[in-house]
Amino acid sequence: MTAELVRETFDCRQAFAEELIALAKEDERVVAVCNDSVGSSNLVKFKEIFPERLINVGIAEQDLVGVGAGLANGGFVPFVSAAGPFLTGRATEQIKADAAYSGVPVVLCGQSPGMAYGELGPTHHSIEDLSWMRAIADLAVVVPADPAQTRQAVRWAASYSKPVYMRIPRFKVPEVTPENAPFEPGRAVQLTEGDDVTVMAVGTLVSRAVEAAETLRGEGIGVRVLNMTFIEPMDVEAVLRAARETKGIVTAEEATTTGGLGAAVANVVVQNEPVPMRILGINREFAPTGSASFLLEHFGLTADGISRAVRELLQP
Amino acid sequence: MLTADPGEVALYRGRRGRTPGLPVGQQAQVLRELAGEVRRSVVRMIDRAQMGHIGGDFSVADILATLFGGVLNVDPGDPRNATRDRFVLSKGHCAASLYATLAHCGFFPKSELETFMAPLSALNGHPNRTKVPGVETNTGPLGHGFPVAVGCAIAGKLSGQDWRTFVVLGDGELQEGSNWEAAMTASHHDLGNLTAIVDRNRFQQGAGTEETKSLEPLADKWTSFGWDVRETDGHDHAQLLQAFRPSDTGRPVAVIAHTIKGKGVSFMEDRVEWHHKVPSRDQVHAALEELSR
Repeated sequence: MTAELVRETFDCRQAFAEELIALAKEDERVVAVCNDSVGSSNLVKFKEIFPERLINVGIAEQDLVGVGAGLANGGFVPFVSAAGPFLTGRATEQIKADAAYSGVPVVLCGQSPGMAYGELGPTHHSIEDLSWMRAIADLAVVVPADPAQTRQAVRWAASYSKPVYMRIPRFKVPEVTPENAPFEPGRAVQLTEGDDVTVMAVGTLVSRAVEAAETLRGEGIGVRVLNMTFIEPMDVEAVLRAARETKGIVTAEEATTTGGLGAAVANVVVQNEPVPMRILGINREFAPTGSASFLLEHFGLTADGISRAVRELLQP
Repeated sequence: MLTADPGEVALYRGRRGRTPGLPVGQQAQVLRELAGEVRRSVVRMIDRAQMGHIGGDFSVADILATLFGGVLNVDPGDPRNATRDRFVLSKGHCAASLYATLAHCGFFPKSELETFMAPLSALNGHPNRTKVPGVETNTGPLGHGFPVAVGCAIAGKLSGQDWRTFVVLGDGELQEGSNWEAAMTASHHDLGNLTAIVDRNRFQQGAGTEETKSLEPLADKWTSFGWDVRETDGHDHAQLLQAFRPSDTGRPVAVIAHTIKGKGVSFMEDRVEWHHKVPSRDQVHAALEELSR
């Protein structure tokens, strides 16, 4: 166990709510739209301050996204917030047609993504979201790793001219983002130096990748950790550099491996600079019963799991 | 993005300025002529493309002509003006009728209609707001336009402006549950600035709505959802103008426009096969002849 395991951890919904309120105070076009999720989206305070600017459409996700698109048409900057599985699963076609294909800047906020709802089971897990959302053209797919990046994501998305899907982590994570780190589409954030293997991670797995890099440094293995935040548009240059400069790439995400970070990276790597890869995630499986942290262990989405994958890659 | 036709824009601005001041009979005559132009254009577009949804294009033509010719506060020369009225064609498969209406009002040159569904045309089989001025949201999958229109109406209300939002729904389309989510939201928010128009031609793709999944009692459904309901002849321009007046009560308004699928061409009227059948050469000539009378 390293000291890092006892670092203070945070629920990013708090940072989301605070930044959204700050933004709404500066810009009267900012509104929140939710599906009865005032509490779970942590919007209670927003509602107190801006009662008119919180539009609750009730338990109706198709309506939720359509109304968001209409608000954007009418000149507002809508933050459409709902639990990730229901937002991306129930309203996939609205996200495609009303937001992305129509080209209106709606900010879609998938709350409590991944397996954050643990024991509530696969109906409430949002591990397919990255595959589903990445398949849609003209939609940015953003996965903040900590409260600092959550704040950056909220602020950035409000001024982006296209629709955005962003995950808002509920599972508590430590701060990993250096001060003044860039937050731009197509830009990864490098967290550690290393020339043996690159680990690319998003969201909850970023701090675990950093832990793995620390462990492996003790074994003489240099790991370059990249926080890939923007799955779309991706930092293709950083991926190609990693493929050229290190011996292989491990990707790690709290999502199905069918189409998220790992698939996006592989798409670039195999067609340009083929190198060995390991893609960590959930391989088309419904999770058994268990807490979020149990399930991350169960699927090997831990610092140990990442370290194992790195060692495997380096075996002759 | 297509751009406006300056000559038609000038005509449109002039006509819009005049029609509301005309006696209703004369105004209806102008709208009838516009609807006739739209139907004739639709026949030529579908003939050229050998694809389309002619039955629904014809049932909705008078509704579109009345809105664009006599009701909507829109300017084809400034189609994204922030205070414009919003119009959403939720039954996006009737894009040909919408395109013809927009072109005859000057939103883009009429010559562009010849490209309908041709490779790389801006005029896709379903409308695209990033390419066609006058289109507010991309529709085609049913049950999408209404929630977006509700969002537009909430935006209008929140910003304290008096522009209105109109959405045209197919009757079969009302089988999509998302419409009823939107109907509840509009009612809950007292969106008196929103008018939903049902093109009640009583047919969907393969059969009558009442044989497939019945909608009746349709007026009662809207009433029970908290809407003011107005029933009207969907081909009578004077009645449509009256039905599209602002809300009398502050409640959202549902106009059930009773229409005839294929309206205007005798051999197409009220026949389900003309949902998306393409007319033969002879039928094209016969249709144009009937529509020119």
